[in-house]
Amino acid sequence: MSDPSGEHGDPAVAFESAKLGVWTFLATEVLLFGALFTAYTVFRIRYPEMFRVEHAKLDRVLGAANTVVLITSSLMVVLGVDAIKRGKARLLEAYFGATILLAGVFLCVKYAEYAAKFHHGIYPRTNLFFSIYFMLTGLHGIHVLLGMGVLSYVIILSRRGRLSASYYTPAEMSGLYWHFVDLVWIYLFPLLYLVG
Amino acid sequence: MEGVGRMEAEGNGRGYLSERGWKSWAFTLDHKRIGAMYLWTTTVFFLIGGVFALLLRLELLSPQARYFSNHTYNVFFTLHGAMMIFLFIIPAIPSGLGNFFIPLHIGARDVAFPRLNLASYWVFAAGFLVIIGSLVAPMDTGWTFYTPYSAKSAAAVTTLSLGIFLIGMSSILTGLNFIVTIHKLRAPGMTWHRLPLFIWGMYSTSIIQVIATPVVGVTFLLLAAERIFGVGFFDPTKGGDPVLFQHFFWFYSHPVVYVMILPAMGIVSEVIPVFSRKPIFGYKAIAYSSVAIALGGFLVWGHHMFTSGMSPLANAIFSLMTFFVAVPTAVKVFNWTATLYRGSITFEAPMLYALTFIFLFIVGGLTGPFLGALATNVQLHDTYFVVAHFHYTMMGGTVMGFLAGLHYWFPKMTGRMLNEKVARVAWALIFVGFNVTFFTMFILGVRGMPRRYAEYLPKFHTENVISTIGSAVLAAGILVMCWNFLQGLRKGAPAPANPWRALSLEWRAASPPETENFPEIPLVTEWPYGYGTPKG
Repeated sequence: MSDPSGEHGDPAVAFESAKLGVWTFLATEVLLFGALFTAYTVFRIRYPEMFRVEHAKLDRVLGAANTVVLITSSLMVVLGVDAIKRGKARLLEAYFGATILLAGVFLCVKYAEYAAKFHHGIYPRTNLFFSIYFMLTGLHGIHVLLGMGVLSYVIILSRRGRLSASYYTPAEMSGLYWHFVDLVWIYLFPLLYLVG
Repeated sequence: MEGVGRMEAEGNGRGYLSERGWKSWAFTLDHKRIGAMYLWTTTVFFLIGGVFALLLRLELLSPQARYFSNHTYNVFFTLHGAMMIFLFIIPAIPSGLGNFFIPLHIGARDVAFPRLNLASYWVFAAGFLVIIGSLVAPMDTGWTFYTPYSAKSAAAVTTLSLGIFLIGMSSILTGLNFIVTIHKLRAPGMTWHRLPLFIWGMYSTSIIQVIATPVVGVTFLLLAAERIFGVGFFDPTKGGDPVLFQHFFWFYSHPVVYVMILPAMGIVSEVIPVFSRKPIFGYKAIAYSSVAIALGGFLVWGHHMFTSGMSPLANAIFSLMTFFVAVPTAVKVFNWTATLYRGSITFEAPMLYALTFIFLFIVGGLTGPFLGALATNVQLHDTYFVVAHFHYTMMGGTVMGFLAGLHYWFPKMTGRMLNEKVARVAWALIFVGFNVTFFTMFILGVRGMPRRYAEYLPKFHTENVISTIGSAVLAAGILVMCWNFLQGLRKGAPAPANPWRALSLEWRAASPPETENFPEIPLVTEWPYGYGTPKG
């Protein structure tokens, strides 16, 4: 994620550019996941029975809990961006810190789920359903990890006093990205855990 | 356009090349330097890829495998294809010339995200280093990497997948940067309909890069996952489907041929009016046909798979769409030709290459519908007809457009003029060599010679010898051209700011441009094609 600040004379242009850049990047991300969703569709139509039987092996409670965790983290991001818009840098850091913490919780739960699967001898190679499950949630997990990095970077910027009510581009942009990561999970959860 | 001649080169700043030392290049944020780094890198891979092509032609001198084993031959054509596609033709014009000239064309000081731009280059560099690393066990799958063979091959497919993923990431970031740049950094008065057509081409290209590339990225991830984790998306023994790989692959790799051709079309649209001294004919038709090609290009990927076992209905739809996408292409050719009509044409090297583009691209373009039509496709699929077709479009089209651009902008980029006579000799050799090499392949293909084999039936011998002779002439032309470039760099006559008397903004900057491009951001009042008329 690039920070275009200081490279344009006009801060309004810089903000607009950053925004368009992030949205364009998100378009790329949609297509990245899109290929996997296509594979999901193809194989689900071809093997409905396998999807019905195999999806029951996923832990719905943990999946639902993780959904709540991620939605809450998105709320934290919104509150954080709102805080810096009002010039409250310390509050931004607190909210973004909470987001990172929740992201950590999400990954721990994911780790527990993966470990349970491996314990029962279920691997990506086991069958097509779990190939898709591990590829989709794995790719999503990498995005969560990247998001944690980006949010940490924003906190560092804020600690250095670089963000204010008049310049909060990095906070807003990282927020956009985080909502996207959240949104992907909103699709993954029902498609993998709930729909038989 | 008022007094372009007077406005030239009053810059007091220093040329962008004045800083010295490797650090001034490796850490530069100047779009011109980053563009130049791409140009050098991609040109080197073009030459290496060309050497592989010559080795292939050498082997095909005789019907039996004589110089190389079948495996070596397979490796050579894979490396030729993969290098030319991923390391030369996709990045050369967009990342090289595009980087250099987009900000200059729209009257900006740099791209929207200069640091991201530099990162794109180094991600690209990491990508080609990984690809070079994969040569310890070189690929023999062809550049399309079809499963199931690529999932089982002993070659370093996983490493190569990572390399291509990185190259793709670089391509996405560059496209993203250009989209934002074109949207947000246009000079005052530079409305969309005053943009040079090169920018329209680059804009359409960038859309494809951003939308299509992630799909091939994930495809290579899945290929790697298949080899590492045993994921079975493409493996029929696990219920997967090799044809799904082809769908994913061509969902990117068909649109990407427009990543290759659209910027070249943009260059041709710049060069033709300058050397005809006439306003471009049908500006809006050319501009919007670029966008139409970019969007329509997403709907035709299935035409690479007519013999792969798709349903007859899907085949028919993809065939129909393929014919549709030929229309905006033809619109462009029509408009270029109409621009030439009654112009006062001069034949400097850029114009020679631009005209060559039109001529060769018509041949390449018109042979496309033969392949897009279902009945003839089954006959011609995987024959040398296909090889001839895409070399006419990719080399006859894109590479000629690229060379037109290099000759056109050489004075701007380097501040030196090329030797025109040598440039014309090189052009003549390239033109003749190209046609002898590749036209012969149309005939071979129609007569049934399949592609990708080191051996062939004796009845194809004569044509193959002719084609190989042609490839030697072509190589000689390329060498003369390279020599001319190097001579021009070292001791070409100093270039004025606007040697071709062109009207687009880059010619208002000094040759070579100063770091900030323009002393002050220009105010745009007209389109850049008002040649030979009192008012554009």
